[in-house]
Amino acid sequence: MKQEALSDRRKFILNMARGVGYAAIGGFLWSAYLDDAKASPLILRPPAAMPEEDFLKTCIKCGLCVEACPYDTLMLAKPGDHRPMGTPYFIPRDIPCYMCEDIPCVPVCPSGALDESSVTVNGHLDINTADMGLAVIDENSCIAFWGIQCDACYRACPILGQAITVEYSQNERTGKHAFLKPVVHADACTGCGMCEHACVTEKPAIFILPREVAMGKAGSHYIKGWDKKDESRLKDAHAIHTTTNVSRKKAVDKLNSGLEGLLDE
Amino acid sequence: MNKIWSNYRYLILRRFVQIGMLVLFFGANAWGWKILEGNLSSSLLFGFIPMSDPYATMQMIAAGAVVAADLLIGVAVVTLFYFFIGGRAFCSWVCPVNMVTDSADYLRRVFGIDRAQKMKQPIVRNARYWILGLSLIVSAFMGIAAFEFVSPISMMHRGLVFGMGFGWAAVAMIFLFDLLVLRNGWCGHICPLGGFYSLLGKFSFIRVHHLEENCTLCMKCKVVCPEKQVLHMIGKESLPVLSGECTNCARCIEVCDDDALRFSIRDFIQNKKMGE
Repeated sequence: MKQEALSDRRKFILNMARGVGYAAIGGFLWSAYLDDAKASPLILRPPAAMPEEDFLKTCIKCGLCVEACPYDTLMLAKPGDHRPMGTPYFIPRDIPCYMCEDIPCVPVCPSGALDESSVTVNGHLDINTADMGLAVIDENSCIAFWGIQCDACYRACPILGQAITVEYSQNERTGKHAFLKPVVHADACTGCGMCEHACVTEKPAIFILPREVAMGKAGSHYIKGWDKKDESRLKDAHAIHTTTNVSRKKAVDKLNSGLEGLLDE
Repeated sequence: MNKIWSNYRYLILRRFVQIGMLVLFFGANAWGWKILEGNLSSSLLFGFIPMSDPYATMQMIAAGAVVAADLLIGVAVVTLFYFFIGGRAFCSWVCPVNMVTDSADYLRRVFGIDRAQKMKQPIVRNARYWILGLSLIVSAFMGIAAFEFVSPISMMHRGLVFGMGFGWAAVAMIFLFDLLVLRNGWCGHICPLGGFYSLLGKFSFIRVHHLEENCTLCMKCKVVCPEKQVLHMIGKESLPVLSGECTNCARCIEVCDDDALRFSIRDFIQNKKMGE
């Protein structure tokens, strides 16, 4: 049986449909790969980096920040590093951020993925406002918590006495010694990683995590009543009363109801 | 010696430019040279002229990024250069992958692999434009510059400057694909960056011109051309190569022994007359 030849229009439409089909398959595969490849929750970014989601959109992966860093702290993620490809990061245990006062890595960024305004205070760059991560202490492996004297992280901290303080308490095991325990203060810590770099334990007992990973969140419904600024959030607040069948009566009345018959008898 | 120069002069110049740029980029990272810093995604010439990849920036904007003015100036510099002057010259004069695919193409000819593969080509040359469009859609949906995350071009130039990692595998893939699967497969069929520059450079001034009266129909030009379809006028008409897919690599010019091909500035007036 002889088949009729396809008309040009039909051929065109079928070919377009084939193209769209290929594109859809490719698009889904591509998206699935990207979704996996961009997830890297434990990566530490250069100072002044935008929040990770925006940073991944905005970084053009040119490496100018890497070249500007005088300590070779920053690296571009290579294929095989299991980090979003081509983006800058650092590993503080190897080389921490030395918190240069002029922050050379930030103004060179052409795309704004490193946002100069986020580390500018009154028109001047201030590296102390950087937010690369947060130091976290594992009290189980920190030898200061065992009672052995060590203040390596405290001494290494570039914001000495603010980001890490040492708290004293009695060592009841010996009865005559003191614990000198390091404590990290999240409001001052920049996540530079000098402490992690200096830590004397085999695997660092103090280490940097991205803030989103290291910190919890109480939620906006908790208000510190003793904190004037926090309390002021209540100023314009108004309550919403919802009445249901159960809540129409007061709780006590509700609980006492249904006994009338018993008491009357 | 003179023959070598006349038959390879543009090839030698292109390799000089390609390797020279990589050396300058490498020097900037390794020894702090201030001549050409960054990489092909975005760079700084002499410390103050910004140059940025317009296709990468398009993907970033599609992904929803609000990019800084520095980047847009860099994009303008690059876009204007290729739009008015270079055409698709990025592919043959700058991109390091060109050296990989050219060597694959050369070996294909040496081993006669083309003669062994008589099948229909599995991918059409227009695939690159589909991939270009798709990359922008995927960028918008995934909130990330889609091609930049998988680009073997970026892996190669970034790798050569900042450290290769497993990037060599991507380079090897392209080489083997072009050598064994599809002639001019990557640069001529798939690469969306090449597709982007084909569209951008369509109207540029520098064009290869064919002089039909000199042509002896030896077809050496078609043997070496990585985008054969652009040379449709060979031996038929004296026309400039107007397709944006021509990479201005100039191999056709230097292999021609009869001076039937040469570079020239696009002649708008003449074209107008011919159109009348």
